[in-house]
Amino acid sequence: MSAGTEELAAMAERVAGWANTGEDVEVYVARGTETEVRAYDGEVESLTSATSAGIGIRVVVDHRLGFAWAGSLDESVLQETLDEARDNARFATADEHVRLAVPDGVEAVPVDLWDAGLAGVPTARKVELALALEAQARDADPRIRQVSSADYGDASVEVALVSTTGIRSLGAKTSGYLSVGVIAGEGEGSQTGGGYSVGRGFDGLDPSRATDEAVSRAVRLLGATKGPSGRSTVVFDRRMATTLLSIVSSALSGEAVAKGRSFFAGRIGEEVGGPGLSLVDDPTDPRAYGAAAYDAEGLACRRNVLIDGGILRGFLYDTVSGSRSGNASTGSAVRGGFSGTPGPGCRALTLAPGSEGWDEEGVLAAVGDGLFVQSMTGVHSGVNPVSGDFSVGAEGLVIRDGRLAEPVREITIASTLQRMLHSLVAVGSDIEWLPGIAAGQTLAIGDMQVSGT
Amino acid sequence: MIDPPVLERVLSEALRSGGDFAEVFAEDRSSASALLDDGRIEELSSGRERGAGIRVVVGETTGFAHTADLSENGLLRAAEAASAVARSAPAGTTAVAAQALAGSGVPTTRGDGEGPRPGSKAESLELLQRADDAARSTGGAVSQVQAGCGTSTRRVLIANSEGLLAGDEQARTRFSVSCVAVGDAGLQTGFESAARTMGFELFDEISVEDLARLAAERALAKLEARPAPSGELPVVLAGGSGGILFHEACGHGLEADHIVKDASVYTGKIGQQVASPLVTLVDDGTVGSEWGTFAVDDEGRPAQRNVLIEDGILTDYLWDYLRARKEGRRSSGNGRRQTYQHLPMVRMTNTFLLPGTDDAEEIVAQTPHGVYVAKLGGGQVNTTTGDFVFGTTEAYLIEGGKITEPLRDANLIGNGPEILQRIDAVATDFAMTPGTCGKDGQSVPVGCGQATMRLTGVTIGGTAG
Repeated sequence: MSAGTEELAAMAERVAGWANTGEDVEVYVARGTETEVRAYDGEVESLTSATSAGIGIRVVVDHRLGFAWAGSLDESVLQETLDEARDNARFATADEHVRLAVPDGVEAVPVDLWDAGLAGVPTARKVELALALEAQARDADPRIRQVSSADYGDASVEVALVSTTGIRSLGAKTSGYLSVGVIAGEGEGSQTGGGYSVGRGFDGLDPSRATDEAVSRAVRLLGATKGPSGRSTVVFDRRMATTLLSIVSSALSGEAVAKGRSFFAGRIGEEVGGPGLSLVDDPTDPRAYGAAAYDAEGLACRRNVLIDGGILRGFLYDTVSGSRSGNASTGSAVRGGFSGTPGPGCRALTLAPGSEGWDEEGVLAAVGDGLFVQSMTGVHSGVNPVSGDFSVGAEGLVIRDGRLAEPVREITIASTLQRMLHSLVAVGSDIEWLPGIAAGQTLAIGDMQVSGT
Repeated sequence: MIDPPVLERVLSEALRSGGDFAEVFAEDRSSASALLDDGRIEELSSGRERGAGIRVVVGETTGFAHTADLSENGLLRAAEAASAVARSAPAGTTAVAAQALAGSGVPTTRGDGEGPRPGSKAESLELLQRADDAARSTGGAVSQVQAGCGTSTRRVLIANSEGLLAGDEQARTRFSVSCVAVGDAGLQTGFESAARTMGFELFDEISVEDLARLAAERALAKLEARPAPSGELPVVLAGGSGGILFHEACGHGLEADHIVKDASVYTGKIGQQVASPLVTLVDDGTVGSEWGTFAVDDEGRPAQRNVLIEDGILTDYLWDYLRARKEGRRSSGNGRRQTYQHLPMVRMTNTFLLPGTDDAEEIVAQTPHGVYVAKLGGGQVNTTTGDFVFGTTEAYLIEGGKITEPLRDANLIGNGPEILQRIDAVATDFAMTPGTCGKDGQSVPVGCGQATMRLTGVTIGGTAG
């Protein structure tokens, strides 16, 4: 953490100090810098360097909440933003559950997410890495005809959260990534693939890893045809599994449950999956991409068991949704930066693996015959976390005799989330933390409807 | 926002180390929204953001920096950062004179002389309450209602080293309602929204009660819905059901950035038959007050009407400044960015299929078996392969030429170039719908439009084998 974070905290404290009698104020201040280099055809296509800062203020008066934000930390903006939040509070409906978080005595587990070396990396080295990534992808395989994107990016963000209810939390985080997209084949027989390497900073980013992933994903789809329709076991690769778990997580939000917008509502203690289904959210695991010491209301993040042996055990709450359903916050508030208000959400979901040492190959062998999915489209339009209806476009490969066989495209896979949880047939132990709120681990789900020819 | 002499000095600084082109894009955006949920006014939010993005183009390379500091010093610092890419290029002194384009000034996107009408917080709340009441009174099974009302005003100013100085003031207002209904088979959802490039005069034109009832009816209808079929069937899309088909099936594939990288199935196909002769596809940023409308794009070019496909023949792509410059042509007014913190890209505006001559009811009557889509959700495309999906949020079975049972939500999947050939009827009942288009991490408001039309075969991703 840098000295700058303390400076932000001092600013937040000062603004919170402007609270009137009878009003609670929460001040969230964030500052960040980022660099992005995009390489194309042996040259730098674009180089972006930027700093940004902003403030988000919540005011609660008589159980009424108002919010305002500004993309600036100018002195003149601070008071204006507080005034606006205060004015907004006048219009909200009074609601006994509306309140700011108060310290709950749970000690935060420190997680170190700050790579102090990142700030000292000269731009020239970042440019070199992006160019190297692009060159490597271009030369990786004779079937690669185009590198459509090759990006280096890094960011550092510092936040401070202070409230008149006794909250004071600081956070600082750096991240770096390489991302590459390739096109294999010719003309209408083209296929695309993407690959990544992510880390907390510059060191450790691996262009070979990103390139190998992108190239193998594109090349193995060459010659793909529309597969046949029918019912099948579907194996989701690690990246797709992250997407799937993220969707399920929105039904585990205490707010969605309290407002009757989750198919899990009213089912605590009931069987929602087979005995092999255990799901935990644990942001204190420093390996998790979404690891954090504090949640977005300044309470300590903690390990929460959601589903255990197929039985639904709990939901994730922030202060308001917790109060609404007679529970304490589970330290699970998340927010989308200074321009958003907090709400409950997951940061680091994992499923308990079926057995140790189960990687993709192991899961494929166990499944025998089915469909392996490496990419899904229409997740936002085709999955409804309220009703549970699930229908997405997919690309991947047929699984035959426990191995990957011919590629397929332009198919859909469908089921309901409820049925999918009951039909989980294998969970890999091959946990990989990808960007997002859930672990990547190979999953197999039985009895899904595949639509093709 | 920034005086012309300051702009000139900043542009000169941006090109001090060399470069072919420099641009200042300044933006001042304020937004306000109110949210009703669970019967309560839960949150009012206000936001303010202003700053400038500066880009410098040297050969094939773009340098970009942005700042929230609009003082001359702040802008000069950003110009210096953006020009870092030019350091190794041969130095040249470029004098820059920003002069107003003839007659451009700072137009407001609303061209009728009256500015957009700002709404009050109290007015928003009243609209939300009315929507909540209307949705809940639609049926006893409506168990939850969320309604949102949001407005934003965005002032932009663009100056570049070619002497362009342009501006625009864009007011946008959006109202949306989503409902949950509860039945024996679980929960179902319904959504409807209205969004236009205007102020609160939106509410003189639309009824929030109608909107809320539509959202509620959608959720209620699906309580009785059976699983959507699986496999290939004829599909009739209702007029204004989304138009997203064209946005995904070919719109993205016609964006010049994909074309110049040979990352689109439509590369090299100008002059070729790429769609059924019934298809004339237009992208037009000048249409009334539609959601994708503006006076000038985010590179200062006036919005214009671009015919992309005419009677099935591909006639042109969509262009921004950078890609057009490479081809020695003019931008088509499609350079857009989410905020000053983003580089502009080629983006659609309002994209629509011109109406045909068929009768909408007749199209259904002449479909013995298929699916009728009354409302589409979002979609997604891979421009390189042309494969795309789009989701239904209100759909019915067609049996014996009649619309019968409601279907649960599902995605439809197809390949752009193939699907465009399979359009065999287009009706006259044209309508537009608003949407949000995401590309490369940036979201911009767009419009989509089409009349009732039929596709002879699309793969429907339901669960009913």
